[in-house]
Amino acid sequence: MNIVVVGLSHKTATVEIREKVAFAPAHMEKPLRELVALEDIHEGIIVSTCNRVEIYVTTRDIAGGIARIKRFLADYHHIPLETLETHLYSYHGEAAIRHVFRVAASLDSMVVGEPQILGQIKTAYGYAAEYKSSGIILNRFLHKAFSVAKRVRTETKIASSAVSVSFAAVELAKKIFGDLSDKTVMLIGAGEMCELAAKHFLNNGVRGVMVTNRTYEKAVKLAEEFDGKAVNFEELFDHLHRADIILSSTGAPHHIIGPKDVEEVIRRRRQKPMFFIDIAVPRDIDSRVNKVPNVYLYDMDDLQGVVATNLEQRNREAQKAETIIDQEIGQFFKWLSTLDATPTIVALRGKFEEVRRAELEKTLANWKELTPEEQKRLEACTAAIVNKLLHQPTSLLKRAGQGGRTDLYVDALRNLFDLEMAAQQPETEELEELEE
Amino acid sequence: MNALLFKLTMGAYFLATLLYLVYLIKPRPTLGRISHWVISGGFLIHCMFTLDRYLEAGHTPITNLHESLSFFSLAIVGMFIAFERKYKVSILGSFVTPLALVILGISTLFQSAIAPLNPALKSKWLLVHTSMAFFGYAAFAVAFGAAIMYLIQERFLKNKRLGSLYQKLPSLDTLDEINYRCLTFGFPLLTFAIISGAIWAETAWGTYWSWDPKETWSLITWFIYAALLHGRLTTGWRGRRAAILAIIGFFVMLFTFLGVNLLLPGLHSYK
Repeated sequence: MNIVVVGLSHKTATVEIREKVAFAPAHMEKPLRELVALEDIHEGIIVSTCNRVEIYVTTRDIAGGIARIKRFLADYHHIPLETLETHLYSYHGEAAIRHVFRVAASLDSMVVGEPQILGQIKTAYGYAAEYKSSGIILNRFLHKAFSVAKRVRTETKIASSAVSVSFAAVELAKKIFGDLSDKTVMLIGAGEMCELAAKHFLNNGVRGVMVTNRTYEKAVKLAEEFDGKAVNFEELFDHLHRADIILSSTGAPHHIIGPKDVEEVIRRRRQKPMFFIDIAVPRDIDSRVNKVPNVYLYDMDDLQGVVATNLEQRNREAQKAETIIDQEIGQFFKWLSTLDATPTIVALRGKFEEVRRAELEKTLANWKELTPEEQKRLEACTAAIVNKLLHQPTSLLKRAGQGGRTDLYVDALRNLFDLEMAAQQPETEELEELEE
Repeated sequence: MNALLFKLTMGAYFLATLLYLVYLIKPRPTLGRISHWVISGGFLIHCMFTLDRYLEAGHTPITNLHESLSFFSLAIVGMFIAFERKYKVSILGSFVTPLALVILGISTLFQSAIAPLNPALKSKWLLVHTSMAFFGYAAFAVAFGAAIMYLIQERFLKNKRLGSLYQKLPSLDTLDEINYRCLTFGFPLLTFAIISGAIWAETAWGTYWSWDPKETWSLITWFIYAALLHGRLTTGWRGRRAAILAIIGFFVMLFTFLGVNLLLPGLHSYK
């Protein structure tokens, strides 16, 4: 049995294509049922997020399976197959397993290490389990992917640092102030970057926002948006001491805040720390402000420096994650290969033969009066019994192999007779994690 | 029995220091928890050691340098455990446990046999006066650890060098808060130690204050911490300045404790 992955992601398709191919989360029953109704598709899971749409199936026939899923995706979303096909990738065998492990561990994400993807795959698996489109192989496969993702998360620092300028600013603020819930942000000027950073600060629980702008109306408008307070630009220095975090991005051609101003302000604040973030180019705040005690000034270059360091660290951690995935692929592949019929038949025969030999030798050792001729007949008789007993299960397995439903029998046989490399049950830990 | 308890304490502090230093490199929560339990176990054994010695000697075992240093180390560890529980800052251990270990180590350099009690010390004030002084000192020692961490973290943020230690250290606000809390613990304790000492001196030596070197230096220490507390409450001496003062205060305090005993002859020169 083969695991096959077909899909597209932010790496292969623009958002226009991705949104056309996305599956609505509330209506997963129909596509899942249609998917497993396809010829020679035994189990199926559909993962659909804003950055990727992927289908995981098990099939006997790799090439045929891939073609049928591509056709299914195109038909289901009424897109010509020729348009869609250029954006689709497909994997089978070890590459498919690696791909899914990497996706779950967030190594294939747009922002490497972002944590949402694991939850999204869990949701997708939840639908597949609910509508019974996944079976013994994909169940185990997904459990394995979850535990790999968990290992990557706990053993590497892949998700531990900010990789965007505005997130970096929030993290710096947390290292200065600890708790942000009693802090006030002041926006000086306007600009996309500045507003984005202010939103991040609000999401991280700052108490209030003040907005000032040379055009007072603009300040009022922006203040409304953030549920904050507008301040007259001429009165900036009368209000600055109330702000803990200052985001500045005016279009001014020269500095609007200098070290003398800040010394004055920090005295009024009784030395409570201030964090200035200067996003403007040319800069709004004199770099000497950073020298004032308890004041921290970061400009665009500084923040980008932080992000670059973090990205470097993430890439190093991603290397560690790939090593973890390599180890886990080996284990899973071993289990998958035990589900084939032939090695199971060999192992089953071996087991029976072993028992027959042991018992025969015991009998012959205690039964000395038998002639060599009689011994041979006894030998032949026991061999015939074993062959007769195994005939039915062996031929059933072989026939089932052609039909494609061997995995259930194989799994059962391996458990019943305790055959080598017996399939393990998914660990309870993995199951618990699923229920979270 | 007493010697064994001491060795066990030493072993536990050594192990805890080692664990906290590893934690500095690999800050795993499990490692932090293990370190916490090891230092807590060491603390309990250390308490047993001190109690055992109290029972054996029949008086508060803070009468010579060996006992004082051991008690100082005990107080630092106790204070640290309390702060670690309150602020959940395991990494503080990487800066404070080595200090406790070194102080306990130094205590072995001095005569450890139980000597008959100096008649001047035969008083119920002994327990109150000395334990208050040492718990005050211990609070200042934890403040010293937090102050060093503050200065390191502040340098990282000012110079925009945000390496791995930066990520492991807590926020400036937390460190400043610990520094302040230690001060509000240590300062009243030091004040009461000085007052109780004066009352005791009146009953033992007939005068409240005799400008003995220990008294003089205690007063200097007291003034430094009083200035720091005052500055904090009025003009907002916080952050870097408070951290530097906490470090200076700690060294002056060390001199008050050790330097005076070893270098300056006087009424307090117990060895």
